[in-house]
Amino acid sequence: MEPLLRVENLMKQYADNRPLGERREVTALAGVSLSIYAGKITALVGESGSGKSTLALCLACLERPSSGSIWFEGRDITALGEDEQRRVRPKLQLVFQDPAGSLNPRLTALEIVSEPLIIQKRFQTQERFERAWALLERVGIPGEKAGQRPDEFSGGQRQRLAIARALALEPKLLILDEALAALDCSVQAQIANLLLELQSSLGLTCLFITHDFAMAAHLADEIGVMDHGRIVELGAAEKILRAPENKATLSQLAATPRFRRIANPLAVL
Amino acid sequence: MDVGARRDLLLVHRMTPLLEVQDLYVTYYSRTGAAIPALAGLSFDLRPGEILGVLGESGSGKSTLATALVRLPLANGKIEKGTVTFEGQNLLRATPRELERIRGGRIALIFQEPSLALHPTLPAGEQVSDVLAAHKSLSRKALRERTLQLFADLFPGVESRRIADSYPHQLSGGQRQRVLLAQAIACTPSLIVADEPTASLDPITQQEILSLFRTLRLQLNLSIILITHNPALLVGLAERVLVMYAGRVAEMGPTRDVLSSPRHPYTRALLRCLPSPFDGDLAGRKMKLPLIPGELRRSTQLTGGCEFEPRCTERMDVCTTRAPALVALSEAHNVSCFKYGG
Repeated sequence: MEPLLRVENLMKQYADNRPLGERREVTALAGVSLSIYAGKITALVGESGSGKSTLALCLACLERPSSGSIWFEGRDITALGEDEQRRVRPKLQLVFQDPAGSLNPRLTALEIVSEPLIIQKRFQTQERFERAWALLERVGIPGEKAGQRPDEFSGGQRQRLAIARALALEPKLLILDEALAALDCSVQAQIANLLLELQSSLGLTCLFITHDFAMAAHLADEIGVMDHGRIVELGAAEKILRAPENKATLSQLAATPRFRRIANPLAVL
Repeated sequence: MDVGARRDLLLVHRMTPLLEVQDLYVTYYSRTGAAIPALAGLSFDLRPGEILGVLGESGSGKSTLATALVRLPLANGKIEKGTVTFEGQNLLRATPRELERIRGGRIALIFQEPSLALHPTLPAGEQVSDVLAAHKSLSRKALRERTLQLFADLFPGVESRRIADSYPHQLSGGQRQRVLLAQAIACTPSLIVADEPTASLDPITQQEILSLFRTLRLQLNLSIILITHNPALLVGLAERVLVMYAGRVAEMGPTRDVLSSPRHPYTRALLRCLPSPFDGDLAGRKMKLPLIPGELRRSTQLTGGCEFEPRCTERMDVCTTRAPALVALSEAHNVSCFKYGG
């Protein structure tokens, strides 16, 4: 099957200019190759500093890689000019970790979700609001809350809002960078269910970036493990969970706290 | 000391808690004057050398507890009543001077975000020696030596002196958390209150920091209150778990009992919504996780009944009439739910 998006040997170096030190380069991505298939949830796990977020920014055309290519809809999007990248960005949407920091506090929920449609000049006012309304309902924000501002929502509802906004432009790929990390486990479960529901109802393609192997294991069809700017293991989730091969995968699996859910909660009575 | 004598000593320690919180009420007041209860009659005790895990959702009052214990200012908040007895002294009656001695000296606090808790333009070492200087009268040379010793203890096998001279932004998340730990243990306190200390760390770093907690507890006979929303972290670390809901104890008991046979409907619901472990049967993958219906109420009024009742799947008529009392299921395991008497 042809992948939706194919990353080939992607490299990214940042200059590390210290005021009184030698100029150095920090390698964030050291040759990443990865394919993302339509309709699948691909989880990307790795330690802090392994390059996960840099990869997310490169995929969303918010950061230009130093070399390598990202093939999407028959073109290498890293080679596009700024104007053309602007037209690609709506198709590759990003949701960040901190929903409070990524939502404009002065806008209402309905305005937040319709803003991408205004910026991209899609539809007339009436249809924009109808679509925004439908999106809020889709992510489980009740209509009577559409006029509320971000500070009136809980953390989980804010993250739902951020997801609704990302879905407004009907992206081909939704990238979630640690989107559950700041949430309680009860709210994480709600958002995880929402992602599974969107996957089955809309055929949503998702790149789920996390350091929580347990949640990656739960949601993913494919898992990629990153270490020091490289993808060291990549494949079907079941295979990686049952027979991990790389040392980095093994040590991350070993360090993940696990918890056995009570099989039958009534049995203890 | 022979084994018997040591056991006797342990028993004595068991009987006198290091910290005893009784009937603690904290209320926040909004701009319009509405009262929002955050802690509503919280009671628990902590033994010397014990690690107590405090579990609950956002808004359950966990962080208010950490702040109120050391009487740090609560934004728009007020301690209404209760007692906090620490090392025999009621902290709610302590003078500002006594509190200064206790904070950082006898009780240390570690917050969630290590990058926010450290000053961005001071070297890490200076920030640790500042804590020492605030509590002890030491010469500059002694301060420097003690600081470097702390860094050597907390950063074994690396250039601890270089880390002491680094600025926070030059350190990784795990290293910053170790600097906070160095600050916390600098004056050899008897209690550390850690509020989500590992939430922003990846699992490998998280395990390193948690095992450091274990080591320090043994070396310094520390008691630790570990506030978290992730029950999986507490397995094999905490002796007891306190599950908080709406500013009260929902359930409290030995970690094994609470996590493997939870009794309160809230504890059960909370544990059910975690993804299943991924090392055996993978059948639960991609299945919808069971949710807790509704949301933690952010109301201005206590209902007068059980606060969990609106979300509870096992509610009974009595649940709306009054708040359930804490019932002892065994010597150490308590639950506040009418199913067990209440």
